[in-house]
Amino acid sequence: MVLKQLKNHPALRLLEWWLLFLAALLPLAWISWQAWSFALGADPAKEITDYLGQWALYLLWGSLAITPLRQALGWTRLQRFRRMIGLYALFYATTHLLAFGTFIIGWRWDLLQTALTERTYIIVGALALLLLIPLGVTSTKGWQRRLKKRWTQLHQLVYPISLLVLLHVVWLIRDSYFDVFLYGSLLGWMLGYRVWRRLQRRLRRSASLSS
Amino acid sequence: MLIKKPTLIRPSEITPPSAYLNRRQFMQGLAGTAAFAASASALALPAPQFDKGLPVYAGPDWLQQQLRAGVSNKALSTDEKVAPYQHAIRHNNFYEFGTGKGDPAKNAQDFITDPWSVEISGEVNRPGTIGLEDLIKPHQLEERIVRLRCVEAWSMVLPFVGVSLATLLKQFEPTSKAKYVEFTTLNDPKQMPGQRSVFSSLDWPYVEALRMDEAMHPLAFMAVGMYGNALPPQNGAPLRLVLPWKYGFKWVKSIVGIRFTETMPATTWNKMAAQEYGFFANVNPAVSHPRWSQATERRLPSSLFRPNIIDTQPFNGYGDEVAHLYSDLDLKKWF
Repeated sequence: MVLKQLKNHPALRLLEWWLLFLAALLPLAWISWQAWSFALGADPAKEITDYLGQWALYLLWGSLAITPLRQALGWTRLQRFRRMIGLYALFYATTHLLAFGTFIIGWRWDLLQTALTERTYIIVGALALLLLIPLGVTSTKGWQRRLKKRWTQLHQLVYPISLLVLLHVVWLIRDSYFDVFLYGSLLGWMLGYRVWRRLQRRLRRSASLSS
Repeated sequence: MLIKKPTLIRPSEITPPSAYLNRRQFMQGLAGTAAFAASASALALPAPQFDKGLPVYAGPDWLQQQLRAGVSNKALSTDEKVAPYQHAIRHNNFYEFGTGKGDPAKNAQDFITDPWSVEISGEVNRPGTIGLEDLIKPHQLEERIVRLRCVEAWSMVLPFVGVSLATLLKQFEPTSKAKYVEFTTLNDPKQMPGQRSVFSSLDWPYVEALRMDEAMHPLAFMAVGMYGNALPPQNGAPLRLVLPWKYGFKWVKSIVGIRFTETMPATTWNKMAAQEYGFFANVNPAVSHPRWSQATERRLPSSLFRPNIIDTQPFNGYGDEVAHLYSDLDLKKWF
């Protein structure tokens, strides 16, 4: 009883929130420090861009993991961090794009244009980021209230977005399938779990209707 | 963001490429004088001095002696700024040792490159297995500073030491049937972790090939050294191709096999994705790779806020020398 009270103490909840908020900034701090101390070798531009993109993916996958973890393992405590993790995914995806634009192509318009028209992996990546923006904007409680049922529908866009991100990774393969295997199987599990739940619910509903 | 000087290596410890090159010119100047030409210590290629703490690859004694007796081939060298040594030995595509740019430098340090031998086979009068020393000893080594253009749209200027490929190949007396020559990298999963990876889509051993007239072209080069020393294992020790007008993946590393053939050999990247990697793989800004536009390249090392983007030249700027080899080919088809 005492433990439960302690676990739900506002101070602890606030501390948790801040810890996660700061922890999610660590990758950015780390790579900035590495760049600042010239520890990234001959091609820091690519190192930074790849690293930020990777973290965008980890966080997006993290935000998708929360529902299955809550439902399957009862980790209800994670639920209130979902928005922050999702917003961080958008944040890292944006820094990933900024790093690409600044460090790799130096904002040369002609290079940006060929990248966005010819490089398929860049097209799907840019599309994923573009679609993430309305989700970020409507992530507040106010928008949730205003959009009502449509809010859930809108935020289900995260499923096609995650598939676009996976495609972005697939089309970046040079030799090794390891990344795609790892991220693909995790995503398959997280999306498969949702489909399975939905099917079960439908089966249960039809069973109760027929009885 | 503020960019600070590195803390590990003080600027005063770094030999600027200009000084490194000047020293070489100075030594060559000396070598030209009668006194030096007559003496056995006429070092055309001085023992290079690198930053403290960086690994130095001396190679076997016979090679070190030969490196010191090497000369600079000015005619086939570019005067562009040479990449700093620490970047050249830590930015490598050598998938046998991992797919990350830093993996080879991490994973190849215990790679055994001495003793080493090469098997010569196919359409030649003198096939057989030859030790590296016997292969290299008869030749004077020369240094060439060349542009390496990777298919991933980055490039570096590197000083290689070695032998003209034509000189090397002619001693085996290729027959009139030899239309192509194929080069094979060592296949040794025990030493090469990349070859053990179940996720790799490449077939080992690594094989790339040239048409005979390409291999006999004066620009084709077999390197045994870099920056005046032996080749580091991560850069393809002890024997690698240098083909400045072709994308880097044609520059086969750690060669154990040279085979002369009548028909076009199947090559590693072409087998993996023929629509992405052609047999010729000549640098061509007009033909894009699905993942990389080849119109421009990033010359490394590159600074963050002013990326070193330069226009890629046909045949990597060696068109005057090699374009005639392909006058009867549609380069958009035969990329």
